[in-house]
Order: sequence, then structure tokens, then C-alpha cells
Amino acid sequence: MIGEDDVRYVAKLARLRLEPDEVARMTGELAKILAHIDKMSELDVAAVPPTAHVLDVVNVAREDRPQDGLSRADALRNAPAVSDDCFRVPRMG
Amino acid sequence: MPTLDPVRLTAREAKRLLVDGEISAAELAKVYLDQISAVEAAVRAFILVTADNAAKYSTKVDREMQATRGPLAGLPIAIKDNMVTEGVTTTCASRILSNYMPVYTATAVRQVWEDHVVMLGKTNLDEFAMGSSTENSAYQTTRNPWDLATVPGGSSGGSAAAVAAGETLWALGSDTGGSIRQPAALCGVVGMKPTYGAVSRYGLIAFASSLDQIGPLTRSVYDCALLLQHLVGQDPKDSTSVALPEPVTLPDAERLDGLRVGIPSEYLAAGIEPGVRARFDETIARLEELGGRCTEISLPHTEYALPAYYIIAPAEASANLARFDGVRYGHRCAEPVDLLDMYERTRGEGFGPEVKRRIMIGTYALSAGYYDAYYGRAQRVRTLVRRDFEQAFAGVDLIASPTTPTVAFKAGSRTADPLSMYVCDICTIPVNLAGLPAISIPCGLSDGLPVGFQLIGPAFSENRILQAAHALEGAIGFEPAPTFRDSGAGEQATEPASSGEVAS
Repeated sequence: MIGEDDVRYVAKLARLRLEPDEVARMTGELAKILAHIDKMSELDVAAVPPTAHVLDVVNVAREDRPQDGLSRADALRNAPAVSDDCFRVPRMG
Repeated sequence: MPTLDPVRLTAREAKRLLVDGEISAAELAKVYLDQISAVEAAVRAFILVTADNAAKYSTKVDREMQATRGPLAGLPIAIKDNMVTEGVTTTCASRILSNYMPVYTATAVRQVWEDHVVMLGKTNLDEFAMGSSTENSAYQTTRNPWDLATVPGGSSGGSAAAVAAGETLWALGSDTGGSIRQPAALCGVVGMKPTYGAVSRYGLIAFASSLDQIGPLTRSVYDCALLLQHLVGQDPKDSTSVALPEPVTLPDAERLDGLRVGIPSEYLAAGIEPGVRARFDETIARLEELGGRCTEISLPHTEYALPAYYIIAPAEASANLARFDGVRYGHRCAEPVDLLDMYERTRGEGFGPEVKRRIMIGTYALSAGYYDAYYGRAQRVRTLVRRDFEQAFAGVDLIASPTTPTVAFKAGSRTADPLSMYVCDICTIPVNLAGLPAISIPCGLSDGLPVGFQLIGPAFSENRILQAAHALEGAIGFEPAPTFRDSGAGEQATEPASSGEVAS
């Protein structure tokens, strides 16, 4: 059963700030959703291979020919903060 | 200029009027812009209406492109706002992308632009396409033109409502677990999810990459095929896109002699309300009158599809949405003290409750100690769901079901309980897990609201599905007649039990 400590831990992994009331609400909601999901445990799937993808394609590569990507100006156009033609971020904690 | 009814006009007829010179592209665009002016305040289908561009571009089509017109020239279209459009803001109905101005265009959108469609605007959706009612939009709640107190479905609810309300000739949507077919059903329009890989996902803001597919929402099956012709194709920019083994053809079938159609008993046990069941049974009877042969089949792992989906889709979403971190685009929180604080507060402020829930479920399912029990198991269940379909298609050509268990429900009636919203997609989710093509067509009304009929086919059987849906559409004779009434808040009236067989 998922508890508030689990929710806070997972939120940390997900880089998601949750307010205390969100943690409480999320704990109840996730417990209910996971209980539904646990229905899967009725099945014996030990011998069943996993499906990650429905298409039968592997190692798709285009021709090795150079082509233009986004320009620096376009890549930076939506950035919240830019300096010296680079993305600007706060220092590491 | 002939008098046109924007709610009923098909793209097929509009194209003929344009080609024959009975109407200009500018006049046609104005028909839809006028309808937007008339009803958008009530329907709220669009996040952005690009009226000036539509007027200018349609005039250009008329004046400068007489000799070079593309096959869709002058036909107005609306685009779900999770497909990036260069120079036109794209929000994904999220606060985190409220000021995002794409510097490139999604391949599917670019293809129809190059055919000279006239874009009317960007339509509303559940934030990041996560939802079944369009109530998870950060900006507005779209309403169903058949009853403004009810939802249009979702996540392509803006596109479906816009088509139903006559605010556009047709629209693009995306479908991850039913997000084209479910709103199409609830709004009384045609919606198709193509085979996984048939349409490039390049520029579709990713929700769950192994499930997402772009497709058409239209007023007829013919229109659906016409638009699909211009969406499909292998794209070097999407390594999971593939060429269809045969081109999409425009349907002309009137009979369905010898077509074998399976009806999965598990889908009819899934809480289908009586009015929906009655219209479904009538449509099956029509199918048999047209020469189809219907048999009951079993898809035994159906009840496990929803749990598997609610691990796989959130797991992929939690990885895809990691890119929204306040560095390259979108919202950034004010005055972060350090990098981690910026990531956490940016995302905490930028994402709405349903997106946060799914990121949390996905992150949990992928975290150390839970991976095998949740994600690994869900992928194996996905194999079982695929095998169910493979075995079924050994004996039938198509599978038929109601698209949704209920007609449109009241706005606000399911938002408090996420699971009650998730079960809206019980008949559509298995199709995405298996990567199959499926269509929803309107098959009548229950309590004054549209009912959707779903046809599912094997991979790359788009033409078979379109032919069958076209013949059925002719036999059903559905009349699009959205009333724009508002039945008011409160509990939804239940269908009288007298109208057909009562489902369990």
C-alpha cells in the first residue's frame, strides 16, 4: 500500500514539487489506481514475452548524409533565460 | 454562392464546389469563421482561432494558386493543439507551454499545409492529451454541441466539438487510448485512429510514444479517407513510421456481402448503458442486412487491458515529460535558488493535477523495486492483448463494438474520481495496445445524444475498415443536428429501460 512517504519519494524522483495537501490527495488517488492496476497480478505471465513496441522494425537509420539541424537562434528562441548564446540556468545546489 | 450549412457540409461536397467554381476558398473560410463567431462562446472548442491568417491564406489560394492548387486547396481545417505549428503558438493545453512558439511544424500538419488546406486554429484538449473529457485543459472547458451541459469527450474534445458544431470542415486529433474515437462518438462525428506507424508522430508532442497516433475527425467516412490519404507516409524524422502496404482509397462500398464481423462478448459486458446497447444492436442488424455475417467472439484479456494501459502510458509519459524542466522552452518558476529548485517548482507550477498523477504513477512503476511488478508485467499483458486480437482476426475480417460505454456525461460529473474517467476508454484502449486501426462512426442517438459504433481491423486494414464504415454510414443515415441546448447541471437522466436489451 502506497503511503505519503512513498509519494514524497516518487515526487523527488520525478522532480515534481507537491504541496502538502497535494501529497495527501495524491496518496489516496494513487492507492486507488494502483489497487485497480494490481488486477494484472491475477495472470501468470512468466512465460509471456513483453511487448515494448507493436511494429516489427529494428535499427532504423537514415542515409549518412549531413543535413541542417535547428539553428542556434531557433534553438534558443523559446528559452526562458539565455546568455552568451547558451541556455542559462541557476547554479547547482 | 450557394447557401451552405456548416454543420452538414462535407469536405467532399466543399471540394466539388471549389473545383466547379461555385464558391471561393475565401467564401468557404468565411462560412466557418462566421460559425465560430456565432457558437464559439458556448462551445469553446478552440484555444486559438487564426482568423486573420485563414482569411488571408484562403484569398491567396483564390488569387495566386489557380494553377498550382494542392488536392486539399481551400478546405478549412482545425488542428489539435498538441501538434507543433511553426509561428503559431502551441500549448498542449498546459500552463507549462503557455508561451511556446514552435520553430518547426509537425509532419502530418506540414503535409496538409502543403496541400493548401486553410488552418482555422488550434483546438482544445486535455492537458498533454491526458483525459477523456477535455476538462483537464489548463485554459477552458469545451462543451458538447449536442448539449452544452455535457462534455465533448477527450482528449481531442476541441477537434470533435468543432467538427460537430460546424466550426470547421474537419480536424486533426491524436489517439493514445481512444482520444480520437471517444470524442468522435460523444459528438456524433467520424474519427479514425490509423495503424500505429501509418502517420508520422514527428512534431506531435509526445504523451506515450508506443501508443500515440494522429488521425482525422470528419463528418463522413469518405472525408475521413480523403484526409487520411494526405496524413500517411513513412517519415525519415519518425523512425517508427512505416509506409502503408497499399494506398488509402476513397470508399464506395454499398454492400458488405461476405464480410465476417466479430462482436467481442467482453466489450458488451463492460457496463454498456442500455441506450448505447440498443443503437449498437440496431447497427449490427443493419450490417447483416448489408450482407455482413456477425458472430460472437472472445477477447479474453480485455479486463486486463485497462490496468496494463495505466502503467504503460504513464510510464512513457513520465519519461517524455521529463523534457519540461524550465531550461529550453516553456514556463520557468520565479527566482529559483538552485537548479533542483527550478526543476521541481517549474514542474509543480506548470503541470495540472491529471498530468501530475500520471507522472507519479509512471515514475513509481519504473522505480527500482517496482519495475518488474508493474512495467514488466504490463508489457507482458500487452502481449496477451495483442494475441487476443491475432487469434480473433484468424476467424473474422473486422471487430465491432460500441465506441464508449455511455453517451456524453455531464461536465464535472467524473472529475472527482480519476478511475471513473479512465473507464470511458474501456472499448478503445486495447486497440492502442495492439497498434491496430479503428474507426468510430455515429450510429444514432440515445437520450438525444450521439452513440458511436467502433470497427477495429488488423494492422494496415484501413481500406477494409473505411469500406465497411462507408456502407454502414449509408444504411444508418445519421443526421447531424446539434442543438446547442443546455440541459443544466445535475445528475444525468438515465435511459428508459424499455429501449432495447439491458446490458449487464
